[in-house]
Amino acid sequence: MEEKEILILAIESSCDETAAAVVREGREVLSNVIYSQIDLHTIYGGVVPEIASRKHIEKINQVVQAALDQAGKKLTDMTAIAVTYGPGLVGPLLIGVSFAKALSFAAGIPLIGVHHIEGHINANYIENKELEPPFVCLVASGGHSHLVVVKDYGEYEVIGRTRDDAAGEAFDKVARAIGLGYPGGPKIDKVSKQGNPEAIHFPRAKVVESVYDFSFSGLKSAVLNYLNSCQMKGEEIDQADVAASFQKAVVDVLVEHSMAAVKEYGFTKFAIAGGVASNSSLRTAFEEACEKEKVTFYHPSPVFCTDNAAMIGTAGYYEYKKGARDGSDLNAVPNLRLGE
Amino acid sequence: MKILAIDTSGQNASVAVWEDGLTLAEFSIHAKKTHSQTLLPMLEDVREKIELDMKEVDAIAVTSGPGSFTGLRIGSATAKGFGFALDKPVIPVPTLEGLAYNLYGTDQVVCPLMDARRNQTYTGLYQFVRGKGMGNICEEYDICVIKEQCAVPVEEILAACNELGRSVMFLGDGVPVFREQIADQVTVPYGFAPAHMNRQRAAAVAALAALYYRKGKIQTAAEYAPEYLRLSQAERERKQQSEADRTKKAE
Repeated sequence: MEEKEILILAIESSCDETAAAVVREGREVLSNVIYSQIDLHTIYGGVVPEIASRKHIEKINQVVQAALDQAGKKLTDMTAIAVTYGPGLVGPLLIGVSFAKALSFAAGIPLIGVHHIEGHINANYIENKELEPPFVCLVASGGHSHLVVVKDYGEYEVIGRTRDDAAGEAFDKVARAIGLGYPGGPKIDKVSKQGNPEAIHFPRAKVVESVYDFSFSGLKSAVLNYLNSCQMKGEEIDQADVAASFQKAVVDVLVEHSMAAVKEYGFTKFAIAGGVASNSSLRTAFEEACEKEKVTFYHPSPVFCTDNAAMIGTAGYYEYKKGARDGSDLNAVPNLRLGE
Repeated sequence: MKILAIDTSGQNASVAVWEDGLTLAEFSIHAKKTHSQTLLPMLEDVREKIELDMKEVDAIAVTSGPGSFTGLRIGSATAKGFGFALDKPVIPVPTLEGLAYNLYGTDQVVCPLMDARRNQTYTGLYQFVRGKGMGNICEEYDICVIKEQCAVPVEEILAACNELGRSVMFLGDGVPVFREQIADQVTVPYGFAPAHMNRQRAAAVAALAALYYRKGKIQTAAEYAPEYLRLSQAERERKQQSEADRTKKAE
């Protein structure tokens, strides 16, 4: 008998994107619907959890319906339902988790809770059909900065993480300080193109006990101090130079730590993931570094870098194949850790 | 007709299945675990015990707020998921009215009180009025709203009770919180509902939802969203700020 194809309905609502996708056999995205609330949060200079939660509940049915419709499938065609259950904002997570559990319960479809970071890493499988573990992956986004060894499908070891701010968070804070506004990442990336990355030397922070851990709060303070001292001296601030120099400092650290890990573990593959992975300067830097080290460099398209459900579907597929199933008591875990 | 009812608006988690005027099952708990961990496992038990086929459910009733924001999210997202999977409508039942329905038939004024924090209570005033329908001896009551559900300081609702000049029955998780104010401020005869009816119960929500359904007060699962009766803190502060700015300008 021919085996039935595995279709995963995936739901992601860990922050300010309500997203759903249908993924066939792990790597083929049949639909990938994202409702972004970013405009709602811009006036507050960041994501407001309560507003995000309320918007998720208004949109989730429509988003999931659109994902099924665009895939040309019905809920009952699905092999399993995968949902992000952490890390993230608890209110938003609870919407996706509660909704997915209800679908699973009412339609009798297995449920799989997926780690959000695992989703980001798995986004690399979607467009790179030949990519297989093991490899090193840098996950950098508004809430996360992780250096991960992907040992096998669904098997991860976090070897480095941020001690304070996530990379994306530093982007947001600096962007606010130099008057670019929210969201900081894409805005700094754009302005930096007109600036000189060598104009100001900001510190590249090292964490003493761990070669792979990150720290960005010192860098953020250095930028703020620089802005203050300019102001005191009555010097004009070159927004583009500050943005470019700051960005260079972040990129340098991310590249240096990542390449050290690749060398140490002896892998020939390296990938990036997460919102910050769509930063153009970061991509260029990694392309150059990987070429120099004779390492194949993988990265998802911007649509799979941002929070999306297709990546949760891919991760859910590999979890499904491993036999992972969750019960009706699955809860949202805002501070869920990877690989533990 | 079968109605599946859910209430997670307060600390109670409650599920019930109603069929043609009969409660087939009700499961309520008052526990520390989050509703996210208890609600569906409870329903799983219920489904097994009464051999419920989810496909036979005609509508999903859910308390639509106010209540704990987290609780409303869990109940509402669950109800919306059921509605989606089964392609059945949602019957939103205002939390306070559902709570008041526990005391069906009383000739007292019913005043549900929920602890809304920030020195407020989610409350409303209800009464049961004899309906036409069923002849002289068998009576049927309609629940009528005297005061729509709202978030107010407890003094305000207690004053409204005094103004009515009628005996009042209080219930809800606000009772232990506001007991002192009630004793100090209420001038009309009053009482407190006993343990088996002083918290949200899905069986009462289901029974009231059946009336709503008959009146066509239903929504599609996609349309339905809870009513919080309160803005988020960020929106509130922003509003206060812009009001303050306006006053400043006016000066």
